[in-house]
Amino acid sequence: MSTPYAKLPAWADYGLIPLINLSVAFIVAGFVVMLVGENPFRAAVILVEGAFGKGTGIAFTLFYATTFIFTGLSVAVAAHCSLFNIGTEGQAYIGGLGIALVCLSFDSVLPWWVIFPIAIVAAAVFGALWGFIPAYLQAKRGSHIVITTIMFNFIAASVMVYLLVGPLKPAGSQAPQTRNFLAGAELPKLNWIIELFGAKIRSAPLNICFLLALVMAFLVWLLIWRTKLGYEMRTYGHSPKAARYAGISETRIILTAMMISGALAGMMALNPVMGDQHNVAIDFVSGAGYVGIAVALMGRLHPVGIVLAAILFGMLYQGGAELAFEMPAISRDMIVIIQGLVILFAGALEHMFRPYIQAVFASFSPKAVGIEAVKGKGA
Amino acid sequence: MAQAAIELIGINKSFGAVRANRDINLEVARGTIHGIVGENGAGKSTLMSILYGFYQADSGEIRVGGKPVSISTSNDAIALGIGMVHQHFMLVDNFTVLENVILGAENDALLKSSIAKARSELERLEREYGLEVEPDAVIEELPVGLQQRVEILKALYRGAEILILDEPTGVLTPAEADHLFRILKQLKEQGKTVVLITHKLREIMAITDTVSVMRQGTMVATRVTKETTVGELAELMVGRRVLLRVEKGQSEAGAIKLSVKNLTVKDQRGVTMVDDVSFDVRGGEIVGIAGVAGNGQSELLEAISGIRHAVSGEVMLEGKPVDLTGKADPGELRDRGLAHVPEDRHHVGLVLAFEENENSILGYHDDERYLKGPFLNVDAIMADAKDKIEKYDIRPGNPRLRTANFSGGNQQKIVLAREMEQDPGVLIVGQPTRGVDVGAIEFIHKRLIAMRDQGKAVLVVSVELDEIRSLSDRILVMFAGRIVGERGPDATEGELGLLMAGVEHQEAAE
Repeated sequence: MSTPYAKLPAWADYGLIPLINLSVAFIVAGFVVMLVGENPFRAAVILVEGAFGKGTGIAFTLFYATTFIFTGLSVAVAAHCSLFNIGTEGQAYIGGLGIALVCLSFDSVLPWWVIFPIAIVAAAVFGALWGFIPAYLQAKRGSHIVITTIMFNFIAASVMVYLLVGPLKPAGSQAPQTRNFLAGAELPKLNWIIELFGAKIRSAPLNICFLLALVMAFLVWLLIWRTKLGYEMRTYGHSPKAARYAGISETRIILTAMMISGALAGMMALNPVMGDQHNVAIDFVSGAGYVGIAVALMGRLHPVGIVLAAILFGMLYQGGAELAFEMPAISRDMIVIIQGLVILFAGALEHMFRPYIQAVFASFSPKAVGIEAVKGKGA
Repeated sequence: MAQAAIELIGINKSFGAVRANRDINLEVARGTIHGIVGENGAGKSTLMSILYGFYQADSGEIRVGGKPVSISTSNDAIALGIGMVHQHFMLVDNFTVLENVILGAENDALLKSSIAKARSELERLEREYGLEVEPDAVIEELPVGLQQRVEILKALYRGAEILILDEPTGVLTPAEADHLFRILKQLKEQGKTVVLITHKLREIMAITDTVSVMRQGTMVATRVTKETTVGELAELMVGRRVLLRVEKGQSEAGAIKLSVKNLTVKDQRGVTMVDDVSFDVRGGEIVGIAGVAGNGQSELLEAISGIRHAVSGEVMLEGKPVDLTGKADPGELRDRGLAHVPEDRHHVGLVLAFEENENSILGYHDDERYLKGPFLNVDAIMADAKDKIEKYDIRPGNPRLRTANFSGGNQQKIVLAREMEQDPGVLIVGQPTRGVDVGAIEFIHKRLIAMRDQGKAVLVVSVELDEIRSLSDRILVMFAGRIVGERGPDATEGELGLLMAGVEHQEAAE
């Protein structure tokens, strides 16, 4: 998705540029904090301390990060095939439905370590299915995947509202959510890991989904760079014409990539549903799918970058909550503004500073940047 | 002659290392039709884009009506009375003719008055020039010929006195082209100046008053059309390049490996690009297809390799039929021993963003040599890439380098190495040495001849006549989608040039 001919050293590409984008985002956010009459430096300290200062904070940060790793990976897998999957939100939501069906059916009879694998499969299958339909429409009918996946987010939301105020709601309950799962469907917490390092934890929702997310990040790396399927996806992603030439079926590759993307999105639901709330409630995804887009872009579509970017966003979520608590002038909405700025600079405007940085690098060594074989043009 | 409408003096333009225009001088007389001919890439379109304000010349002067002008945007050009009809129309498909005509020339926030004005103006133009178009028709519902008329109307509506047409007949049927020529003649009679860019010599002879020939970025000659011949123009266009003869022995043609019968291919717009073409390629021979670019060679290659679906035709590969019409699949053809070096290595033959080693398996990534179950066998791929780098002297010899960072010649070697090392029975090659430096050209030619000597069937398509003559054991000439002649390797340049220009066999013999 970057300019194909530009070549920066890897450390600048993966380190310097995100760092600059991030710094600008925080500087602008600092001005916003000043506008409401608070000290931006103190705010920054509270934010970072809230996220990493105490064991509980770290656990919360990693809990949020887990969610974003899944959605970020989902967006990245599709993006490697040049498909812009905006439907992660809806795919995660429907993934939650799959989990709910499994947990509600088996939580009274099976232990968590049996239910968990079944739930993983259910979440992946439901998410994949929700990704399959837009993919099919794109591959066979040429309906643009960006439009259809957005539409499918709304359809998913409507379907879930219907189910959660109707069939899935326990009789007599006023809350639009499923009944709480029994202990059989509760995932073990990981707080003991942080306690190993001597930090104290009150109650935090960090659970084994974090480990699952890391495993998935590794598997996505393996898929994209080490398998035939990933090779085909990247070929199609860079040049559909070259893919056609290489005998790669456009339909098959679009369907496969979107289903894997949808499956990863669906698995995101495991973290809040089985790891934290122990029920499926309305709007439990709450924008994590969209954050996934920023995470994937900021992580440069690489699993390692995605894990780091997810932790950054986890920090913003957790530290932001602390900040809203400590500085009454900074409301919850302010935190959203700061997160929005990070998404704006690190995600949407990801390439804004790139030309300037390239120019700087080019002035040092003209050969490092923009080597392009233009010879064919005038032959 | 009449006063000059346009004068270009000493125009230079480079794109990176490529000099698209060198010291171009051109004078177009008012009230004439002036043709500019040259092969694709000769710099015709670049020159006209400079005149129309799309590009800025690096140096040189433009005079319109005798006065030096500076044209930095197309609006400047329009203000000077220059209009351009592009090869690919710049129309809004779901607008009506009227809406397209006033687009960019709306004088008001409300469209009503401009539309009314445009309607009466269009009626006048239609009367004067025979440019009948229904003003309320929607563009996408009009045939290509009429769409082109709308482009001309657009230019005239903006007061164009000088009209530039870039390859206007490329998309037209012969009847539509004839009509266009009548319109152009009428424009000329009304005192307009027309510049016609084309590579079709027949059109030049039919309609222009003067003709200028471009070759490799230079203006090589200007002739009064009546005083020149197609043969002379063809020779000027192709030029006498330095002969790059490769030593080769006699071919020993064996069994037919690739047989094409009655192949017809249409492009996306439904225009027939390959028209009922039949030929055979035997093992142990190189068959070259010569022709001016754009006469269907690209589509022929794409159809035979399965990238583009054919409309009809029978193709036999190694004696067994291939369905190229419905379920053509490049992967299957590759498995059956057909290797393809595509014309466009930047977008088709290679993925420039990939590392060299990744490109060295493109299309063969299904091969179990490169796989371990569903995984890529990275070690095997690396070893294979290194092996090819050594055998084909690909530089720099680093399989981890991004393909975009290799030079054109080395990129081509990456493709050739990949395709040739698979030991195919049939090898088809499009533009084997386009954008390739001289050293690599010789290497590539030698490799192609080595393939022939191993008994492979080799089909080469090239717009470089010299290359075709030097490589081929048999030469087929394509013109307007048909094969118009077959010659031996000793055919003269002039003879082939005439065939390439579409002059019939009998005339050529004269």
